[in-house]
Amino acid sequence: MTTPILQVNELCVSYGKVEALHHINLKVEAGKIVTVIGPNGAGKTTLLSAIMGLLPSKGEIAFQGEVQRDIEVEHLVAMGMTLVPEKRELFGEMSVEDNLLLGAFMRYRAGDRDQGKTMDQVFGTFPRLRERRAQLAGTLSGGERQMLAVGRALMAKPKLLMLDEPSLGLAPLIVREIFHIIAELKQTGVAILLVEQNARAALQIADYGYVLETGSIALEGESRALADDPRVVETYLGLGGKKQ
Amino acid sequence: MDLQIALLLGQDGIVNGAIYALLALALVLVFAVTRVIFIPQGEFVAYGALTLAAFQAGKTPGTLWLLLGAGALVALIDTVMALRAGSMGRLKRIALWDLALPAAIAGLVLWLEPGRLPLWAQVTLALAIVIPLGPLIYRLAYQPLAEASVLVLLIVSVAVHLTLVGLGLLFFGAEGSRTTPFSEAQFNLGMLTVNGQTLWVLGASVVLIVGLYLFFGRTLYGKALRATAINRVGARLMGISTTMAGKLSFTLAAGIGALSGILIAPITTVYYDTGFLVGLKGFVAAIIAGLVSYPLAAAGAILVGLLEAFSSFWASAFKEVIVFTLIIPVLVWRSLTSHHVEEEE
Amino acid sequence: MKQRIPLLVFLAVLALGPQLLPEFYITLLNYIGLYSIVALGLVLLTGVGGLTSFGQAAFVGLGAYATGYLTTAHELSPWLGLLAGLGVTAAVALVLGFLTLRLSGHYLPLGTIAWGISLYFLFGNLEFLGGHTGLTGIPVLEFFGLKLSTGREFYYLIWVVLLGAVLATQNLLDSREGRAIRALKGGGLMAESMGVDTARTKTIIFLIAALFACVSGWLYAHLQRFVNPTPFGLHIGIEYLFMAVVGGAAHVWGALVGAGVLTILKQWLQDILPKIFGQSGNFEVIFFGIMLILVLQRARDGLWPWLVRLVPVKAKQQRTVAETEPLPCRQMPAAGTVLLEVKDARKQFGGLVANDNMSLTVKAGEVMALIGPNGAGKSTMFNCISGVDTLTSGEIRFLGERTETLVSREMARRGMGRTFQHVRLLPTMSVLENVAIGAHLRGAKGVLSSSLHLERAEEARLLSEARRQLERVGLGEHLFDEAGSLPLGQQRILEIARALCVDPCLLLLDEPAAGLRYLEKQALAELLRKLRAQGMGILLVEHDMDFVMGLADRVVVMEFGEKISEGLPEEVQKDPIVLEAYLGGVE
Repeated sequence: MTTPILQVNELCVSYGKVEALHHINLKVEAGKIVTVIGPNGAGKTTLLSAIMGLLPSKGEIAFQGEVQRDIEVEHLVAMGMTLVPEKRELFGEMSVEDNLLLGAFMRYRAGDRDQGKTMDQVFGTFPRLRERRAQLAGTLSGGERQMLAVGRALMAKPKLLMLDEPSLGLAPLIVREIFHIIAELKQTGVAILLVEQNARAALQIADYGYVLETGSIALEGESRALADDPRVVETYLGLGGKKQ
Repeated sequence: MDLQIALLLGQDGIVNGAIYALLALALVLVFAVTRVIFIPQGEFVAYGALTLAAFQAGKTPGTLWLLLGAGALVALIDTVMALRAGSMGRLKRIALWDLALPAAIAGLVLWLEPGRLPLWAQVTLALAIVIPLGPLIYRLAYQPLAEASVLVLLIVSVAVHLTLVGLGLLFFGAEGSRTTPFSEAQFNLGMLTVNGQTLWVLGASVVLIVGLYLFFGRTLYGKALRATAINRVGARLMGISTTMAGKLSFTLAAGIGALSGILIAPITTVYYDTGFLVGLKGFVAAIIAGLVSYPLAAAGAILVGLLEAFSSFWASAFKEVIVFTLIIPVLVWRSLTSHHVEEEE
Repeated sequence: MKQRIPLLVFLAVLALGPQLLPEFYITLLNYIGLYSIVALGLVLLTGVGGLTSFGQAAFVGLGAYATGYLTTAHELSPWLGLLAGLGVTAAVALVLGFLTLRLSGHYLPLGTIAWGISLYFLFGNLEFLGGHTGLTGIPVLEFFGLKLSTGREFYYLIWVVLLGAVLATQNLLDSREGRAIRALKGGGLMAESMGVDTARTKTIIFLIAALFACVSGWLYAHLQRFVNPTPFGLHIGIEYLFMAVVGGAAHVWGALVGAGVLTILKQWLQDILPKIFGQSGNFEVIFFGIMLILVLQRARDGLWPWLVRLVPVKAKQQRTVAETEPLPCRQMPAAGTVLLEVKDARKQFGGLVANDNMSLTVKAGEVMALIGPNGAGKSTMFNCISGVDTLTSGEIRFLGERTETLVSREMARRGMGRTFQHVRLLPTMSVLENVAIGAHLRGAKGVLSSSLHLERAEEARLLSEARRQLERVGLGEHLFDEAGSLPLGQQRILEIARALCVDPCLLLLDEPAAGLRYLEKQALAELLRKLRAQGMGILLVEHDMDFVMGLADRVVVMEFGEKISEGLPEEVQKDPIVLEAYLGGVE
């Protein structure tokens, strides 16, 4: 058995005195897409922020088998972990090209100078970005922003790509396009941790899935099995009713 | 007032305005990147000028000891933290930047006896002493409070300002100093006499502003600073750490401050506390720009310089009152145009 | 009584001081008293209110120069000097406050730096104020023929004024206006939604701080009997702020501690440092600066909380709330009356359309649920209805009146109570006080009667109302707990009690069930049913479908800022469009 890219053991996060995530266990194997789905407010974004070191947490996070002692965002980025956050967090007053260049900042610091080649690959994945390379990021449409956010993360040549609600606020057609691209990215060998509210789309492309509900993992399993599990629909629409 | 006086005052105003513009740019930069309102900017002006003056008087400037002391303190704190976190990789960097670099600068200064060197070498050494103080001060005073509110950071700034002024008095004494001009040349343009130092100030300001423009527009580190200013979280996710951005912007601010001091030292007598008022005038300009726009800040600085020059002619006793009261109409204008929705920090 | 012992000991020592101490210490204590009065104003302004001024020394100067000028040049009474000083100070503070308080936080301190410098130079350059030499021959103060000509005699006046100011400030903070002041730091948006005019409240504390400084200046002028510009410069203004921060800016007694520590330390440092350094100068600022940085890095609350821990006597927290006659309530509209009507609402942020074509109504006596996936624009809609944000176009009517341009405190006044998606309460205040903020508009007594505690009858009724609402929502056992110590679910319930204190006819609830346990959810649903039965209209934004479906009378579903479905809960649940919006489309 190979070491998973990411292994999270007993992760807890508290806001003040209030615990938002309880004892989360989760792992992402190399080259797989793992999704965490769940209704609004279940703690999905909190989970990613904690893994990325944006929020203080308790528990153990191992990246490539190595337990991270001082979890600092910059350090994790340098190790090959990237997060495309829910709010995208683009540099709105800078051009598309500059946004992409900054995605490779850590590699530039480490001495890599092949940003041009990586950018060509990103443009290959997202031809729309090539057309808009001189445009300011703040003037892009919602779908293009999401593409730029993913493209910027890819510039770091990550080993683990974490995506927070890439479908958020996008029209169905664009959601389909984005998910299609995510499925393709898997072919390049990068492991993906996909957090989504759009359960059906996520389970369609993922290998494995976790269902997060009010801060705990309620269900997990192969994504095909989860997709047919009536309990997933219940958590979303409250059709079943009797949960204690 | 006749035309000749008006031209003379205009020239004065523009020269001062150019310095205020440099300082205003540094203030806008530091605020945008770190949210620190950098009151101690002016102390770097005084430190730059007085360090150079100390060389020319054949003395060892006290700022050198400050550099060594601050470096040692940072090295101590960071070593303890690195040992606690168990990351030995940091120790090499600490030894290099916080101990070896200051020691090398100190060795060079003590060995070379800068008083006998040509002016450009003196200027280089003075900058080498003062500029590293920027990131060291960031590390000591601001970095532990990077997540604090603007207000707390402002109070820290005032505290740093006080400390540096007090140290300035200790290092340089209460008497003011002037340094040798970069150029003794004089040019007659009709009614107006322009001297060489004026041209140096204007030229250096323009070069510096163009340099900053290129730095922010063309280099990845410059872009990284802008990215931090635009979106802090986004920048951190790219691996651009808040600490690195903070140290870099403080380095730039210290450099701009020290160079400004070196430029004005041949024109006016600089005292240990001169920097404060000079820096604050840069502030008035920066506030005109709402602490965000670089071109507006530069324009505001020229305005402040001209206002100061002309009011020193008409009402010299009230010069400072007039300059600092200018902030009031500016604030009126800003409060009428801004739609500030109150939100918690 | 036991918790008063330290205070009584302190007062006794103060009273006996002049009988026992040598002149030098009397002078020192006089200065500490004068500085404390200024620092006390900063405690109110900075520590409690979250605003900062470096220019308090200039206000001290106004007080000193006003009386100095009038009593010497015009030989008027010092009392007229005091009145004039207060008048000038108030005028200047109001203008300055009006200019800077509406801007974001750092413009006020920057403005006060500029203002502090300007006034210092003005004092030094105006001929009628004596220029840099200043004014001499200021008369001594006289009380009923008793001349206060020595420091020993003046001592009592200074400390009586100071203790009076401390008492008044403490009283003020423990009142309806005081709760509004304490809400400024970190709760401005919430306070506005509860009907507090935060701009006015900020102006008030800026004014009080300025007036305290002015009184200190007046005392100073008549103690010293001459004034010059030096003690009113910017650096002294900065020292006043240091005193407040070092002492503990959030506590009234912190002002005294800070003034005491810094004054004594300054005295001592000014003695020894020139000897150490071998030259003269104000080297103490080096240490003050470093000390302040360390305090801010290590103990941001200052020395006072630390001192309190040293004293073994625990302050008693538990209090009771008196039973009073209830506050008058508004006439509830008859069930079925349309309370809220939104028509064709559109909200645009730059190029982003957050809401479009939204229409909905809420009637008295019904629960209307607004649901939709993340990012559907529910919160934006909510903010526009509650006056936090304004629509780009469209109409909102509340009780028949067009309200889309009104701010949130006006909505509260008209009978709209709300809660927040991200709980907004003041974590260090008690549950009871937090809820009492909701009743802000149901009291009327102002700052003056609050400082003198002449409003106790009204205050008792407000607190009693807060308790009644807390008991109603089931938090009656937590009245005196710190609000921040409650679990998140109960904090949400607290917000409902606070909203009920507004005496609303329409309640806007933003995700009230998030974070609640099953039984708590049932209790909440029960409460909302009861409120509905009493004729309350409720607009509910919620993600918990169990909760919504069991409770709502009607449901509106949003996606991409628009309404995609509307109807009875069971209809909406079966609507394929809703299913797709929630679970995502299937190819």
